[in-house]
Amino acid sequence: MKDEVTRDERVANLKGMGCARKRVEDARFTQGKGNYIDDINLPGMLHGDFVRSPYAHARVKSINIDAAMALPGVVAVLTAKDLEPLSLHWMPTLAGDKQMVLADGKVLFQGQEVAFVVAKDRYIAADAVELVEVEYEELPVIVDPFKSLQSDVVLREDLEPGADGAHGPRKHPNHIFLWEVGDKSATEAVLDEADVVAEEMVYYHRTHPCPLEPCGSVASMDKVNGKLTLYGTFQAPHVVRTVASLLSGIEEHNIRVVSPDIGGGFGNKVGVYPGYVCSIVASIVTGVPVKWIEDRMDNLMSTAFARDYHMHGKISATKEGKITGLWCHTTADHGAFDACADPTKYPAGFMSICTGSYDIPVAYLGVDGVYTNKAPGGVAYRCSFRVTEAAYFIERMIEVLAIELNMDAAELRRINFIKKEQFPYNSALGWEYDSGDYHTAWDKALEAVDYKGLRAEQTERLEAFKRGETRKLMGIGLTFFTEIVGAGPVKNCDILGMGMFDSCEIRIHPTGSAIARLGTISQGQGHATTFAQILASEIGIPADSITIEEGDTDTAPYGLGTYGSRSTPVAGAATALAGRKIRAKAQMIAAYLLEVHDDDVEFDVDRFVVKGAPERFKTMKEIAYASYNQAIPGVEPGLEAVSYYDPPNMTYPFGAYICVMDVDVDTGTADIRQFYALDDCGTRINPMVIEGQVHGGLTEALAIAMGQEIAYDEMGNHKTSTLMDFFIPTAWETPHYTTDHTVTPSPHHPIGAKGVGESPNVGGVPAFSNAVHDAFRPFGLRQSHMPHDHWRIWKIANGLGLHD
Amino acid sequence: MTKHHVKMTVNGEDRDILVEPRELLIHTLRDQLDLKGPHVGCETSHCGACTVDLDGKSVKACTMFTVQAAGKDITTIEGLGNPDALHVLQESFREHHGLQCGYCTPGMITRAHRLLQENPNPTEEDVRFGLSGNLCRCTGYQNIVKSVLAAASELNAAKEAAQ
Ligand code: FES
Ligand code: FES
Repeated sequence: MKDEVTRDERVANLKGMGCARKRVEDARFTQGKGNYIDDINLPGMLHGDFVRSPYAHARVKSINIDAAMALPGVVAVLTAKDLEPLSLHWMPTLAGDKQMVLADGKVLFQGQEVAFVVAKDRYIAADAVELVEVEYEELPVIVDPFKSLQSDVVLREDLEPGADGAHGPRKHPNHIFLWEVGDKSATEAVLDEADVVAEEMVYYHRTHPCPLEPCGSVASMDKVNGKLTLYGTFQAPHVVRTVASLLSGIEEHNIRVVSPDIGGGFGNKVGVYPGYVCSIVASIVTGVPVKWIEDRMDNLMSTAFARDYHMHGKISATKEGKITGLWCHTTADHGAFDACADPTKYPAGFMSICTGSYDIPVAYLGVDGVYTNKAPGGVAYRCSFRVTEAAYFIERMIEVLAIELNMDAAELRRINFIKKEQFPYNSALGWEYDSGDYHTAWDKALEAVDYKGLRAEQTERLEAFKRGETRKLMGIGLTFFTEIVGAGPVKNCDILGMGMFDSCEIRIHPTGSAIARLGTISQGQGHATTFAQILASEIGIPADSITIEEGDTDTAPYGLGTYGSRSTPVAGAATALAGRKIRAKAQMIAAYLLEVHDDDVEFDVDRFVVKGAPERFKTMKEIAYASYNQAIPGVEPGLEAVSYYDPPNMTYPFGAYICVMDVDVDTGTADIRQFYALDDCGTRINPMVIEGQVHGGLTEALAIAMGQEIAYDEMGNHKTSTLMDFFIPTAWETPHYTTDHTVTPSPHHPIGAKGVGESPNVGGVPAFSNAVHDAFRPFGLRQSHMPHDHWRIWKIANGLGLHD
Repeated sequence: MTKHHVKMTVNGEDRDILVEPRELLIHTLRDQLDLKGPHVGCETSHCGACTVDLDGKSVKACTMFTVQAAGKDITTIEGLGNPDALHVLQESFREHHGLQCGYCTPGMITRAHRLLQENPNPTEEDVRFGLSGNLCRCTGYQNIVKSVLAAASELNAAKEAAQ
């Protein structure tokens, strides 16, 4: 057969890995035809809404629902008493703790769920919420984790005071765990002997993922068939199904969990929330579907905060700047319940990646988890389980050490980087970094921004400032980060006992198109586009002929979902390997059709060709058809495959970010005039999507570093519960970003990809923050806590005497 | 609560709907008229996910009562284009990767559409300022701005060609 199409054209036609394929999701989203949770309306559906606690700590003396129940249109008001017979008034958290679904005798944070009103529409439900009378007796409030560990006030009266928690002994009734890694005494010995030690308290403030779409669910109990369908904003639908089964006693095959389109997740939608549970119970009680949608205030006050780590660090070095040891003790404010979404064995997530990109011979990390009267959570807000805390910590410590050594911070980084030939590198805190080439990336970044030129300009500016010619200082924020993503190997990573593998199932249709289903769920990452590209390259069927489906537990294979940049490292690998199974079978079919031995054909783009005779071939389309219509000896009909991938290791993306800003000492404003981001995420699947992820992650980093925070007053009142107070940058405040890359594939990943979605947040926060610090370095600033809003920057300037 | 008849034009069609005086326009559009394009992200006028076009102005439908929209002419994302004839902005957002999760997109495009009516030749600054009532958590705006600028040139080129 003569082939009119060139090989290059065949490759282009696949739209496989490496090409900037346009997204298939966009057609529906640009036309307003997405299908998000609040778009789901089922016949007869009722609406639920919460009565929430106005107090941060109080006893609930009584709840009177009579007036609410008397309101026409109100169907039910659930309290803990109603849930107790079902053992659903409390639920397990992902961190091995438990959490009240509805207030059981007391409330522990402002905004806590007290009662669940179910009514005919959302307006009536909101009216009824006002009519529920709750009598409270106020209790002393603790918002400071350090005070919490000294206090006589016991927050969690449900816990046996002396008993161990999920992660070992507790040293105080308000203590959750102490988690230690590394060699404490060896590290302390090194610090004692060191030429130079820099010590600092680095606080990474409490914030919130705040996706544009808040959380919600629609539960529908079909009592005729005994089936529960649960739609919701779930980043891990299969885990939700398993939890729902364990909690409700409904057998797992009778539960179908569906994640429809999700309007951004960023970690907010990993956890299991009282709203989900209450919508399920309400549907079981009423026999009709029940919808629960949180509003923005509910979202910011009750579901899934992030960070709130007080990191006390010490870093030692020789006079020449070679780092000799790192010590960190973190006090982690977990709020009222430990509802962190971390793999079970890692109560502080992967905070132990805090040695960063540096070859540090000895290190120690201890993390104390503490209860306070704040909302539960501690989710990985666009990062892989506390990696952003770790990166912020080490990148601040490096800067402080540079000050201590009176050294250039870029040079200090360079002389301490793990060298290319040291990979795979075993870090002092127990990780095996898979691959990296930090020096090349760093040099490329410094050259791209003309680092020397910038420093010269900065010096000139400083002189001009001192001469009174300008009121603007220049800050150069450097960051080199290493992430740890793709959780993770089943031997040490699980969520509620479920190993953190992921999966892909592929069916090739007779006419040569395909559907693949995965255990992950896109929240804007564009999986339907990029996973089809992986498959196209692996199986030679055009990406445009492959449907990717996720999020329906009745059809998708079991997977642990999408967070911690795990989709590409784990499900992407499963996809490639399932594709290879397809290819292996296709090879047998091709050989049969071409009447040669299996080993005599080889895969080429979209076909199998006879080795040495490329004019003799069978396309994947022909092979697909043959698999359904030919009786091939020894080969089952059909062309399907499934793969469950247990990653042998995490992946370690890295990057170099440089931020340049002009800081006005009188107004406290920071004008970001340049931001350069170099990312190395291994093999690049779709450069357009990668760039989009980087832009988005950097903007979330900008928000966190420069203004966004969840703040409480001394009474535990939530001070930032609307978008008026909780900073989200607009297009106006957001700078233009320059993106760049190097490519260091992961050696253990089937296609060498490492994941990228969270890198810009992990690296971006220290880059912005270091720029602010750098601007004031000549005046003696060592550490000032984020967020660096105008007021706080002004205060730095004021404190340094720059207004005198 | 007594309900009121409200007449308005939505995406070119005359509608007569019965609403409580407190019903918000966003809920009427989404729940009564089944126009699910406009979304709710905050209900406090901050995010712009609910943006619609009302008598030639961008309006946040979450902070307007439906009764206030009586007699008005409303366009939602559903009225801007259809699968057979997409609006230039709809094409352009796809082409330039101006969206990720898509939740802000209908409001963003509806706002951008009005912006380009107000200012057919915007600079990057104009676009950034003109879209500052619409939040996006995913894209960092860079590709949104790019999409809008590209759509502006395309619309202008088409206009020129027509003359
Ligand atoms: S929902 Fe209307 S502005 Fe946010
Ligand atoms: S694309 Fe997700 S909020 Fe804009």
